[in-house]
Amino acid sequence: MKVNDVILQTVTKIVVFIIFTFAFYLFFAGHHDTGGGFIGGLMAASALVLLYLSYDIDTISKAIPINYRTLIGVGVSVSTLTGIGSILLGYPFLSHTFEYVDFPFFGEIELATSVLFEFGVLFTVVGGTLTIILSISEDV
Amino acid sequence: MNNIIILLLLIPLLTGVLLIFLRNRISAQRWLSILSLLAVGVIAAIIIQRVLNEGTMTLDLGGWEPPYGIVLVADMFAMLLVFTTVIVGICCLLYGFRTIGEEREKFYFYTFVQFLLVGVMGSFLTGDLFNLFVFFEVMLLSSYVLIALGGKKVQLRESIKYVLVNIVSSMLFLIAIAYLYGMLGTLNFAHMAIRVSEAGQDGLLTTVAIFLMLVFAIKAALLMYFWLPGSYGAPPMAIAALFAALLTKVGIYSIFRLFSVVFPHQPEITHQLLAWLGILTMIIGAIGAVAHWSLRKILAYNVVVAVGFMIAGFAVFTTTAIAGSVFYLIHDMFVKALLFILGGIMIGLTGTDKLREMSGMIRNHASLGWMFFIAALALAGVPPLSGFIGKLLVLQGAIGEGFYIIAAVGLITSLMVLYSVVKIFINGFWGENQLTVEDEKMSTKGTLLPSAILTVIVIGMGLGAEFVNVYIMEAAEVINNPSLYIDAVMPNGE
Repeated sequence: MKVNDVILQTVTKIVVFIIFTFAFYLFFAGHHDTGGGFIGGLMAASALVLLYLSYDIDTISKAIPINYRTLIGVGVSVSTLTGIGSILLGYPFLSHTFEYVDFPFFGEIELATSVLFEFGVLFTVVGGTLTIILSISEDV
Repeated sequence: MNNIIILLLLIPLLTGVLLIFLRNRISAQRWLSILSLLAVGVIAAIIIQRVLNEGTMTLDLGGWEPPYGIVLVADMFAMLLVFTTVIVGICCLLYGFRTIGEEREKFYFYTFVQFLLVGVMGSFLTGDLFNLFVFFEVMLLSSYVLIALGGKKVQLRESIKYVLVNIVSSMLFLIAIAYLYGMLGTLNFAHMAIRVSEAGQDGLLTTVAIFLMLVFAIKAALLMYFWLPGSYGAPPMAIAALFAALLTKVGIYSIFRLFSVVFPHQPEITHQLLAWLGILTMIIGAIGAVAHWSLRKILAYNVVVAVGFMIAGFAVFTTTAIAGSVFYLIHDMFVKALLFILGGIMIGLTGTDKLREMSGMIRNHASLGWMFFIAALALAGVPPLSGFIGKLLVLQGAIGEGFYIIAAVGLITSLMVLYSVVKIFINGFWGENQLTVEDEKMSTKGTLLPSAILTVIVIGMGLGAEFVNVYIMEAAEVINNPSLYIDAVMPNGE
């Protein structure tokens, strides 16, 4: 049965970008405030799920050709590799550090290695959530 | 700082992730998973030697000192179990290469074996109760996948039960952790031990301790074994062997650790309770093992008997009995893996696990038969095989402390265990040979190697007991004298 969901699709096209922006805002806020890789990842995943809901799996899979199971692997390896970095530098596993760097135009910004770790978490959460949701939807 | 400890977990974790990307290249997956475990085995051996010479090693993750950060503790007890885990893992993998089938191999079998081992070894190494919960979940989630992988009807039925039982017990685990954190304000084993001994182990703390005991009893199949025979019967034998050798042992390890380091102050309540739980488990398990005529069921009930024996041995709580329990624990990991692998070959050859439908296999498979015989004797504790020393030490300790019931039940159930496995031997290997080589459902090619490795270990552990005992005694010393553990984790006190 073909449902006419022009309104949902039109709204989705705009709203998805708002959700993505908010997801990345939350992700970067996580260093000092509420947020972080897990919440950011869930939020980004919800945007993707909205896309899958308002269009259909085939269309979106063509538009975003990502294998989400592989994404889990990428995420876990990014997180683990940041930990291994600290071993190579002679610190205990998972040690993190930060530095204030002066950028032109943006001014002074704090760069922390734990953001890299959180990137891994973000990928893993997005990959995990979408693997679960897509496998359930395939069964029906 | 000893970053070498984390390598034990990092190598299998990264290998598992890497294998996700190599999904369709099966021979690469096999090689990588074996190589990863070999590397972990070498590192574990190095750490064991260092621990023997220099004492317990610790690693504060992220540089955060305990009790603020999470600490990994490599003491002799944990390291021996890690080393055993790796060897068992290698043997089960070698057996899996031949029997697990391409379909499962393509659906991340090797990845989840690696993750399962990360969970098991992490549980042994961690020095923090909440982190123990996390590693338990890593292990359990991988085991959910492994038990359901393949999607047969019986697997679906058993995995639903298995998942439900484990989710409920994990929830109880979390509640117990919350209680403890509310009372003690810390979850680091060493820090908890310091606070418990300062404040005294009052009734409330003992109640929470018993609550935790309940959680680990479900996971270790101590008295609450109802989920075990069914769920260990569902997956292929390579996976069942891995489960039988490793999963319940993590629960046992947790009981050993918790009731020696954190809650040793009320032995007349907690350890008495453990002793009775152990005795009941031995009796029920032995009855189950004797009663059944299905190979898988008999082997599964034998897992239950061994759990009871080890916990009863620990509950006696003297150096001798604890050393015996630790020895028996390690022996049991090897011998259960061996029995399940051999049983798997028998089931694979005949295509059935009903004893009454097998016979005479010794004519075409002599080495299989004799290895099974050796494993059976070792399981029952016949000298000079590996089961003997552990049983002897536990019985010595039990009689010395006046726990005559443990000794009596231990001996009687040993006989029942011997009967149950010899029943398999007689039915499977004696009598008329009904199976020609052409009729066999699989070839034994390659499957005898892992069994041979394990048989050699089982014999070697018995004959070389003098050599092994150095390590076992060191492990028992740490359990018996928790201040060694506490000082290693928190050298400056609180």
